[in-house]
Amino acid sequence: MVETTRIELLVNGERLTADVEPRWSLADVLRHQLGLLGTHVGCEQGVCGACTVLLNGEPARSCLIFAVAVADGVAITTIEGMNRAEGMTPLQTALREHHGLQCGFCTPGMVLTAHALLTREPEADEGRIREALSGNLCRCTGYQFIVDAVAAARPAYRKEEP
Amino acid sequence: MKPAAFEYFRASNAVQAVGLLQQYREAKILAGGQSLVPLMNFRLSRPSALVDISGITELARIVPTAHGLRLGALVRHQDLVDNPMVRETIPVLAEAAAHIGHWAVRNRGTVGGSLAHADPAAELPAVMVALGADIVVMDAEGERKIPARAFFVGFYTTTLGSDALIVAIEMPRPREPVGFYEVVRRHGDFALAGALVEAGESTGAVTWFGVTPAPVRMAWTALAEDEGLRRQQWERLTRDLDFAGDEAFRRPLAVTVAERAYQRARGGH
Repeated sequence: MVETTRIELLVNGERLTADVEPRWSLADVLRHQLGLLGTHVGCEQGVCGACTVLLNGEPARSCLIFAVAVADGVAITTIEGMNRAEGMTPLQTALREHHGLQCGFCTPGMVLTAHALLTREPEADEGRIREALSGNLCRCTGYQFIVDAVAAARPAYRKEEP
Repeated sequence: MKPAAFEYFRASNAVQAVGLLQQYREAKILAGGQSLVPLMNFRLSRPSALVDISGITELARIVPTAHGLRLGALVRHQDLVDNPMVRETIPVLAEAAAHIGHWAVRNRGTVGGSLAHADPAAELPAVMVALGADIVVMDAEGERKIPARAFFVGFYTTTLGSDALIVAIEMPRPREPVGFYEVVRRHGDFALAGALVEAGESTGAVTWFGVTPAPVRMAWTALAEDEGLRRQQWERLTRDLDFAGDEAFRRPLAVTVAERAYQRARGGH
């Protein structure tokens, strides 16, 4: 039996503890220890972007981070952290209206990456949106509808975060 | 897949990290993890221990020096893209860094990690070779500098000992305009070929990456005004490159990236 280490993670504003082996990725700890199944695991080599989470607001691959190595106090945002009591965010609504998803496997990573981009750059043009999303693979949509949706969500970021 | 088990140590300073490398001979340094962790996930790399240096904040600084900049080993690629001092002092470094991977990868990947990993198609090793940077390493004997031009040996191979840690990179401000160009199938992929060209009035140098096992820098003199003639000159230089197979594909690409990098150095697009 390999020894585990107790760690504390700040996930979606909540302090959560987990007993982890050093070799467990943040993605696997989020899913299997903390039950946050919205973080999807695709390639496990940093290529597909399905496991994208935000660390202090910036996109990162949770399959390439060992949970034990996440520094104290780093704020982790998963797709569950995008939920709002009043329903979907304007970005999520835009994805639905523009048919920006089909199977939904890439969607959590897309939403978090696009949210991080528009939070930094509410005026991001189509080139910037494509560049930012280029690290997230989608095998269904052909991307155009996702780009359209992110562009349509820009007004919601101009005043304040949704 | 999932990585094999390892012991995990978090170093609070560089001396302690070097001590752990001495103690655990099969240990690897964990910085941003963007190259090491994929290898571990596929069990191509199975270190018995990881020494995590990501909490050593003094290694994450960018400091101006008399000659240019000193980059801590833990400076992230996205910092190179965004940092005003980098953009002002060594613009080609910011430009090259923007071509590394994707945003999420640039947010984690570190300068020291990229140099230690020494992927032949990576941008930063070539930038360091082109600009003549010094790589500051620490081992049990203390700190010493290795010129970047004596650091990269071949595919994923450097002169950094397994018990040594990169702590910083000292980069001189370029004296001449430097152009950067790379060919990729999709933005963010590893380059099929790339080049940096330093363009003085009648002399300069070209540094290729992605076409040879390690970055190669060659001097040029008296380039022709005419692009067709210049391409022939680049082609002659490529005859000294070790393409490690795939020559028919790589040589024309090497000529093209050199020419385009040269045009960028000259202010064109």
